[in-house]
Amino acid sequence: MFTLRSRIAVLALICLFAPAAGAQNAGAGLEVGRKMLLEDNPGELWIDRGKRIFHEKRGPKKASLEQCDFGMGPGNLKGATARLPRYFADTDKVEDLDSRIVTCMVTLQGSDREQVKKSAIGRPLTDGSDIEAIAMYVASHSNGMKMDVRLDHPKEREMYKAGEYLFFRRSGQTDFGCVTCHGQPDKRIRLQDLVNMLDKKQIQAVAGSWPAYRGAHGISRTMQWRLYDCFWQMRLPELAYLSDVSIALSTYLNYQGNGAVVKVPGFKR
Amino acid sequence: MAEPMRIRATLQGDVADVRILMRHPMETGQRKNPKGEIIPVHFIQSVVVTHNGKTVFDAQWSQAISRDPFLGLRIKGAKAGDKVSVTWTDNKGDKRTDEATVAASS
Repeated sequence: MFTLRSRIAVLALICLFAPAAGAQNAGAGLEVGRKMLLEDNPGELWIDRGKRIFHEKRGPKKASLEQCDFGMGPGNLKGATARLPRYFADTDKVEDLDSRIVTCMVTLQGSDREQVKKSAIGRPLTDGSDIEAIAMYVASHSNGMKMDVRLDHPKEREMYKAGEYLFFRRSGQTDFGCVTCHGQPDKRIRLQDLVNMLDKKQIQAVAGSWPAYRGAHGISRTMQWRLYDCFWQMRLPELAYLSDVSIALSTYLNYQGNGAVVKVPGFKR
Repeated sequence: MAEPMRIRATLQGDVADVRILMRHPMETGQRKNPKGEIIPVHFIQSVVVTHNGKTVFDAQWSQAISRDPFLGLRIKGAKAGDKVSVTWTDNKGDKRTDEATVAASS
């Protein structure tokens, strides 16, 4: 009788500790899965798709995006995204990858800016948007290169300063700022480890891995979407696609991530 | 429209490690669109892998396979330069064939 009781006690103890141990190891287990997914990342399929769309003659002007200038001269994609966001003289604006693609779709292909913006963020579990595919294709040309965002132009400095301010500023009904979740080590939401963006290594891992294939959505996503989703999670007003706020934040984050080796497509859960 | 696959085949000893990524929505027929209408079932039904023309893998898939599926297999007795060809056919009759060459181990 006693032995049975002690056995039950031992079992109960195991049951008590098992979930705790499981939670602790969950991060490690996920790491194995993430590695496998990175090796055979479905995001690779988006590079092919983006390539096709990029070189296709489209829009009212029946032109491809081949002459699009991502900052390294028209048609030169190599290393371009490692330097984004940056100042572009033709639009007199600091632009990131998404906004530059939209600019080119408008100027080269004659597409309607508002129309393009409307379809820029694809619905989950569909084919996704053209821009998301193009972004992946363009970014893949910077693979193996180091993030090198420069703040040479006064407007770039301005964007960086604004981004820094926004990152630390708490706002909205829940009094959240980016730093609330991304300013401390070893924090997580459910099983998702939160990146501590004040840590150079961790922010570099972020800066070098976007655009990324988002597993649960089954499509490729860009930083614009990530920031939009963060704003939604913080219950802030909807972050407008290509808004100055989003570009300011990615200027700040990518500058912090300088030195990171670009490896896209990234893989996110 | 069927989009290209990504096929990697690398030699490990006399075994070719083949990794295939396919682009396919793999709809289960149980999901609904924003209007509440059921999205019709759409999945890869058969996958055939050949090694130098000889069938080494022939599978019947169901809608239980994930979206953008990944398939990994190992082919015994392969040599560098061998041709590996993959063909899938889905339930709408859409088809895609892609080919890769076995690369020597690095």
